[in-house]
Amino acid sequence: MLVSYQWLKDYVDIKDLSVEETAERLTRGGVEVDMLHPRSEGINNVVVGYVESCERHPDADKLNVCQVNTGEQTAPIVCGAPNVKAGQKVAVAKPGAVLPGGMKIEKTELRGQTSEGMICSLQELGIEQKLVAKEFMDGIYVFSDEAAIGSDAVAELSLRDTVLELDLTPNRPDCLSILGVAYEMAALLDRGVQHPSVTHGQAGESVKDYIAVQVETPNDNPYYGAKVIRNISVGPSPQWMQNRLTAAGIRPINNVVDITNYVLMEYGQPLHAFDLDKFGSSDIVVRRANADEQMKTLDEEVRTLTNEHLVITNGEEPVALAGVMGGSFSEVQDDTTTVLLEAAYFQPTRVRKASKDIGIRSESSIRFEKGIDSGRIEEAAERAAKLLEQYAGGDVLEGTVEVDHRPTENPMITTSSAQLNKLLGMDLKEDDILSIFRRLRLEARVDKNHIIVDVPTRRPDLEMEVDLAEEVARLYGYDNIPTTLPAGTTTPGSLSPAQQKRRKIRRYLEGSGLHEAITYTLTSSNRSNRFQLQDVPGTVDVSMPMSEDRSKMRTSLLPHLLDTVQYNRNRQLNDVAVFELGSIFIGEKESLSKQPHEKQVLAGAIAGMWDVQLWQGEKKKTDFFIVKGILEGLFEEIGLADHIQFHRSNHTELHPGRSADVYLDGQTIGFIGQTHPMVEKEWGIKETYVFQLDVDALLAFTANALFYETIPRYPSITRDIALVVGEEVAAGDVQQVIINAGGDLLHRVSLFDVYQGENLSDGQKSLAFSLVYLDPERTLTDEEVSKAHDNVLTQLQEQVNASLRQ
Amino acid sequence: MIERLKELGDEALQEIKEANTVKALEDVRVKYLGKKGPITEVLRGMGKLSAEERPKVGQKANDVREHIQEKLDEKSAELEKKALEEKLQAESVDVTLPGKEIKRGARHPLTAVVEEIEDIFIGLGFQVTEGPEVETDYYNFEALNLPQEHPARDMQDSFYVTTDMLLRTQTSPVQARTMEKHEGKGPVKIVCPGKVYRRDDDDATHSHQFLQIEGLYVDHNIRMSDLKGILEAFVQKYFGVDRSIRLRPSFFPFTEPSVEVDVSCGICKGEGCRICKHTGWIEVLGAGMVHPHVLEMSGFDPEEYSGFAFGMGVERFAMLKYGIDDIRHFYTNDIRFLDQFKRA
Ligand SMILES: [Zn+2]
Repeated sequence: MLVSYQWLKDYVDIKDLSVEETAERLTRGGVEVDMLHPRSEGINNVVVGYVESCERHPDADKLNVCQVNTGEQTAPIVCGAPNVKAGQKVAVAKPGAVLPGGMKIEKTELRGQTSEGMICSLQELGIEQKLVAKEFMDGIYVFSDEAAIGSDAVAELSLRDTVLELDLTPNRPDCLSILGVAYEMAALLDRGVQHPSVTHGQAGESVKDYIAVQVETPNDNPYYGAKVIRNISVGPSPQWMQNRLTAAGIRPINNVVDITNYVLMEYGQPLHAFDLDKFGSSDIVVRRANADEQMKTLDEEVRTLTNEHLVITNGEEPVALAGVMGGSFSEVQDDTTTVLLEAAYFQPTRVRKASKDIGIRSESSIRFEKGIDSGRIEEAAERAAKLLEQYAGGDVLEGTVEVDHRPTENPMITTSSAQLNKLLGMDLKEDDILSIFRRLRLEARVDKNHIIVDVPTRRPDLEMEVDLAEEVARLYGYDNIPTTLPAGTTTPGSLSPAQQKRRKIRRYLEGSGLHEAITYTLTSSNRSNRFQLQDVPGTVDVSMPMSEDRSKMRTSLLPHLLDTVQYNRNRQLNDVAVFELGSIFIGEKESLSKQPHEKQVLAGAIAGMWDVQLWQGEKKKTDFFIVKGILEGLFEEIGLADHIQFHRSNHTELHPGRSADVYLDGQTIGFIGQTHPMVEKEWGIKETYVFQLDVDALLAFTANALFYETIPRYPSITRDIALVVGEEVAAGDVQQVIINAGGDLLHRVSLFDVYQGENLSDGQKSLAFSLVYLDPERTLTDEEVSKAHDNVLTQLQEQVNASLRQ
Repeated sequence: MIERLKELGDEALQEIKEANTVKALEDVRVKYLGKKGPITEVLRGMGKLSAEERPKVGQKANDVREHIQEKLDEKSAELEKKALEEKLQAESVDVTLPGKEIKRGARHPLTAVVEEIEDIFIGLGFQVTEGPEVETDYYNFEALNLPQEHPARDMQDSFYVTTDMLLRTQTSPVQARTMEKHEGKGPVKIVCPGKVYRRDDDDATHSHQFLQIEGLYVDHNIRMSDLKGILEAFVQKYFGVDRSIRLRPSFFPFTEPSVEVDVSCGICKGEGCRICKHTGWIEVLGAGMVHPHVLEMSGFDPEEYSGFAFGMGVERFAMLKYGIDDIRHFYTNDIRFLDQFKRA
């Protein structure tokens, strides 16, 4: 909503407040002023000039040389505008003038002709192209005759003004008019409101002799009023009105249309003017449109309607789509002489439906949608009639034809000072509260301990006691509400065990050298079925995506993490180590029948060098075992180390030889590995290692409570063995044989060497383990250890065909 | 003979003084104190002396020996110390060379902000509660006093996945769900962090995906002044004790009265600067008293209970805190950006 400060001053006395102060008061009161637009900022030295003569430039077809009287002198000005003529009053930027955007006007010569200034278009004076009346769009602006030669053109155009741009919340449609904002200012300042004049003369005839109105669905149209104004002469509206419309962001058209728009802005009441002679009948019938009924709207588009839409008809065909747009054939034009003026109240939902379906939002439809003041319709109609009489020469016929189904009584809200104080935490006296209601022009009466408020039609947002509490609080001032702490029972705050564990996982991974990334949840179709943890029956798809890239919900975190590797690689950042913890979304085979399964997963992507110590010449490329080590540490961190196994994976997007599935007590919970070289090629990245784990499964597992083990008091005995096994034998399997065979005495096993090559036959490899034997209760004898150790060797021989390396 | 011993003593001391290595010093010891050394030699000739002189010479010989031994020990310690010093000197490093880098990752700035805010509210007695990102229309809108035709639905154009389900546009549905679980019994004190989605084109200040934290406090006799108290406590913990808050009337369908909460600008201390658009205040939160309809729909009796709710954008808090000027940085994951938050 754009509010001209000068216009606002007509209805409420704010002379003692600057524009900035006015804006501040409104904002602090809850009507936010988003921006101030000074209309003439940077313009000076532009005056009204009189074009005494206008002759073709001797050396340029498209230029004219005009003699322009600016009051002090008459000087030549070269002008290229096609509409310049002798006898016009125009805006002249004199030498030394500055125009918006900082353009300076100097005395100059154009093809040998002296030019002492410039005749300006409205656009050159800072008015947006779309607000310039059609006749001046491609040329200079021409003032009406009343403009005084030599006077300030900026003032003449009412540009010495500032427009307040309001950012209105949906509960305040009452401020969608200048008068509404005046009410708000008056309440904030405790001042009066001055309504504009609506008195006009009356022609002898009654409007009832001309037209009749019938409303078929009163719920859609609780009030329809029509007036008739005869002997209209269509022409430009007065300068001041055009100026105000421009300030309000509306393009001037002609006096009839401008007047309906002016009253729309003034009262917030949409009005529509039909040419009664072209209306086609004397019967106005408001009804639902028939299915597939067609009408041509005044933008010359043919619209197909449904019976969800409300139309104004002449008894046969639609002449307007109620509250949205008029029809083409009944439009007011230059030859119109009799105007049928409609002032109605259409149901917000009806207008919203039509506006949405047709795709048109107009100043009128916006106001109907948000709810107009049903008590101000007749006054607005009289105001328009008065202006049509005054500025379009019309004769207003007596009376209004109307169909009125508005509720006869206003809603009441009962409250009390005790309740309001309890809700706000304040200590206001009843009189303070009553005085606030008086400022808001809410009629309130006291009945014992209660205050009963009569809600005016102007404020349909006031429905309940809490709405009154807000009115009291905002007028009293939110700053004056005390600061307290709740008096009730205190409760301990905490994170749930799962939330704590998630924080722990993040902390561990950060400490291990991975940056946390957050990527978008929405992804493209070709990213949405990649690197899945498990079979996904279906994706969750956005019904009307903004783009293909954001059309489906992710089923894996890895595609976007690989995008992250690629993004950084494209910027020469080759060493990337990132993880993300977030949700994936698992849909159903057919379309969704219930909310999708949201699963928390953890994923990581690591590429490039893992460790680089430049001056020491040490470098370590990321490999499988670095990433595996990070995961092993993670499992240890959350108490799962003893329950995790890694087995070779056959995930097709991973390197077949460098990938593993991760099991938690036999259940697959994720995978780890190098991305398949084909995948790396597809993403344009180099060797990259990834992992993805089901966090829900990790969190669901309760680790054993942590109890300490006695520190051994007796010495341990260590035996190192180097084994030769087939190269296909997995070290993990060999280790498992040792653990199983070692019995209770075997305290610890660790692999310390892996060797393949010289001194070994082809197809063989050597694995060296260190076995530590210990009995916490006593000193072990060599014999006991040897017995256990021999069993280990035997089992190794039997189970994995391992021999001791000679 | 005493003379001779004195001479030998002096000679030995001189040689000790000149010995510069452990080896040379050992030679001196052998030379003077060894079994074949001159002092032993002298003592051997003692038989020729009178009984009177013998103890004197013997005494002198012992004195000389002890004195030499003493000096030898001193010199030896000195030489060892010197040798150690030389060794240490040789072992010294350039301490200005960079140390071995311990690889550390960084917390995402949004996570850092979420956790900090969670912790402040945990300290104030709140629980952290989460909920689904794909919500039903009922919980995302209707239970929050936004019926089908409500004009405020325009404010948040959303991503629907079916006619009845959408990517949540706010985390408040978690509040409605939690209230239902409480079956009409307070207190409910929760903060709900999470991802939310709106149909916005991504640019420097808009993101179709962002993080929100909303809070709810429902109990008997909760007043608007309590809302002010809790939010002031939060703002001062997060931004600093020297900051103050200002409430402005606003509108949210699920609260009434509704407020926008501004915090005094920390850059200019309220004088006005570019960051606060010359107002001295920065908008950080939306809040209000829970609308009776919302309480009722979630099973709470508005006659008995009242409450307040608040919500904030995590990106906005992170942008203010770290001076970040483009919201897209949070989701681009440029290593040069992430790397800066190791101490966040
Ligand atoms: Zn500032």
